[in-house]
Amino acid sequence: MAKHETPLIDQLSSGPWPSFVDDLKQEAESRAKNDKNVDFQIPQDCVDDLLGVLELSYKHGRTHWKHGGIVGVFGYGGGVIGRYCDQPEMFPGVAHFHTMRVSQPAGKFYTTKYLKDLCDLWEFRGSGITNMHGSTGDIIFIGTTTPQLEEIFYELTHTFNQDLGGSGSNLRTPSDCLGQARCEYACYDTQAICHELTNEYQDELHRPAFPYKFKFKFDGCPNCCVASIARSDMSFIGTWRDDIRIDQEAVQAYVGGEFPSNAGAHAGRDWGPFDIEKEVINLCPTGCMKYEDKKLMINTKECTRCMHCINVMPRALRPGNDKGCSILVGAKAPILDGAQMGSLLIPFIKVEEPYDEIKEVIESIWDWWMEEGKNRERLGELIKRQGFQRLLEETGIKAVPQHVQEPRTNPYIFWKEDEVPGGWERDVNEFRKYHLR
Amino acid sequence: MAFISSGYNPDKPMENRITDIGPRKYDEFYPAVIAKNKGKWLYHEILEPGVLVHVSETGDEVYTVRVGGCRLMSVTHIREICEIADKHCDGHIRFTTRNNIEFMVDSKDKLQPLKDDLSSRKFPGGSLKFPIGGTGAGITNIIHTQGWIHCHTPATDASGTVKATMDVLFSDFQDMRLPAHLRVSMACCLNMCGAVHCSDIAILGYHRKPPMLDHEYLDKMCEIPLAIAACPTAAVKPAKIELADGTKVNSVSVNKERCMFCGNCYTMCPSMPLADDVGDGIVLMVGGKVSNRISNPKFSKVVVAFIPNEQPRWPTMTATIKRIVEAYAKDANKYERLGEWAERIGWERFFEKCELEFTHHLIDDFRDPAYYTWRQTSNFKF
Repeated sequence: MAKHETPLIDQLSSGPWPSFVDDLKQEAESRAKNDKNVDFQIPQDCVDDLLGVLELSYKHGRTHWKHGGIVGVFGYGGGVIGRYCDQPEMFPGVAHFHTMRVSQPAGKFYTTKYLKDLCDLWEFRGSGITNMHGSTGDIIFIGTTTPQLEEIFYELTHTFNQDLGGSGSNLRTPSDCLGQARCEYACYDTQAICHELTNEYQDELHRPAFPYKFKFKFDGCPNCCVASIARSDMSFIGTWRDDIRIDQEAVQAYVGGEFPSNAGAHAGRDWGPFDIEKEVINLCPTGCMKYEDKKLMINTKECTRCMHCINVMPRALRPGNDKGCSILVGAKAPILDGAQMGSLLIPFIKVEEPYDEIKEVIESIWDWWMEEGKNRERLGELIKRQGFQRLLEETGIKAVPQHVQEPRTNPYIFWKEDEVPGGWERDVNEFRKYHLR
Repeated sequence: MAFISSGYNPDKPMENRITDIGPRKYDEFYPAVIAKNKGKWLYHEILEPGVLVHVSETGDEVYTVRVGGCRLMSVTHIREICEIADKHCDGHIRFTTRNNIEFMVDSKDKLQPLKDDLSSRKFPGGSLKFPIGGTGAGITNIIHTQGWIHCHTPATDASGTVKATMDVLFSDFQDMRLPAHLRVSMACCLNMCGAVHCSDIAILGYHRKPPMLDHEYLDKMCEIPLAIAACPTAAVKPAKIELADGTKVNSVSVNKERCMFCGNCYTMCPSMPLADDVGDGIVLMVGGKVSNRISNPKFSKVVVAFIPNEQPRWPTMTATIKRIVEAYAKDANKYERLGEWAERIGWERFFEKCELEFTHHLIDDFRDPAYYTWRQTSNFKF
């Protein structure tokens, strides 16, 4: 028998998509029955109360969580999001209901042994409710009490060799696409660098020392499966510098209809037979492709590596062999000055252990932003405020046309004094000798 | 409920403390076929909706079955995922960047038993626990946020709006009939945690009333300058307020004509709550993308300024989304993302084809860049 009546959210049980309400209910029931005799460290009926408070929010059309909450573990300045219900007497099971961010393995591959052990820990010391995963990448444990935080952290580090993720004005948990683990497009090992930089910058991740939050994301190619260009302050997007590798026989197999276009992604509809002119040559954004005498040709110099032709004919076309990544900076959501996507800073850089060159770029950006960034100013906003040129100066990067979508249209151009012959110190009386008042 | 120690000693909190060890290393968790063929993949193919095969230069193959995940899930559900992975996948599993779950097997004959097992599992209310799909030119999982389950600043619920929308779009999760893949995202306030600003279709929780001011507590609870600096339109300024009992306190005033209800002051100051049952609701945005394929990445644009919260199933919102999807499916060219289609036909035509009302709310009026969104040309369609 459920603790609270939930007529509104019960309506989310039906329909084909997995119902979170039914899942929460099965967890509430499992805790009530407690077949395994778990000595629950937070209220046994906390999931019932979570359902109850959610039902109340559905009734009121408003959240029932109090503002903020500052909790954590000693030694760290983040990793736990405190949360308290604003109706603790009605729903004592969620009076405290803090979230813990647990640092996920790059690529989000797991063994069941690891996940099951984690489930046992979380059922025992928390609500048993999770997010798999948070938008930034962490495993999210939703709902525990303050006294359990240190206990969970102790277990995580001692038994699981496993740390918390980031929160607050610091480096947040980096994440990546699955990269070379299971994709033929990946231009570098996204998981290796994601893991390496996460470890390199543990201090910056656990102890907030920045003006605001900062995120890394690693995409193996310009398809951007982890959306780094939109969702990280520093975005690493795999690319290559040499020729796209063409297998002409395989091209013929596409033209002949033997291989499905785009690996079969459009199989749900009859789009007619594959037409290489219409679907590849004419859609190429730079028009750098030709198909003549049953031969596909690409003018590499004019290719911007958008991935379209490779995506359409994955068995015939492959990224080149001279691989690396582009680095783009400044992406953020709208608050405060408007949304930004990453802007191209480094067109090409090799991605090779121990990543020293990349670390130098990161650290020069941090040196600048940590000194100049205003309180709660994202990197993207600092770049807007002080100018892209300033970013180039601070990172020691020479301006190139690839840095802009187009040159400026206004002529409000700053020059540095030493760029102008004679400098800026001038005597108006000297001027007046030739130009009378 | 007796307290059980983990070994942590609260009297000596820094003793035996382990810190800065980071995540577990990714390759501890690789299935054997992945570990062996990493970096050697030659090509892939989508065999059917939700099922992929990757072929390596060694000749090895890995078959992947992708299933929908709720993101919000219990340990009971995770254990069931593990049970399936133990039975079919040698105890390996992964999650995608859109919170789907992927089961991998290393030969084709293991595929059908896995698929049959996944498809047979349902929740008591009848919903599928592990619907197979989410590949190719269809609609995959909705990136979303906390909503009323756990956040203090939402203007709508996340899990509920997502469930309601995925139920309506479900056939496209299990099909690949669209011109290109169509990404739907959801955020419960305009902090836009996740991908709302860069998705084909985005659901965004929004307020329409300025904050209330808890003057008696404001100076005690908030750093007033931070609340002032939090406002993108400078609607907040410091104020001296006389309470009913005659006490004078430091607080803030809000110029209501300047406030556009973003809620960022509440994020910084607990004494400025703004949630409201009838004021709050949904904004719909469309046309964003993150990939660089053919066209550059794009921001999503606001096309519906307000749809009320109609919990538990948000019928007006889901019907509007369905209408946009169908207009796009009918009209766009193969490989054309929703934003590319809208730009090609012109936004005036987009509104017509999607049967959406254009209102003044959709015209940008935020600072200098707004000008660049108006139409400086005589090129338009009647």
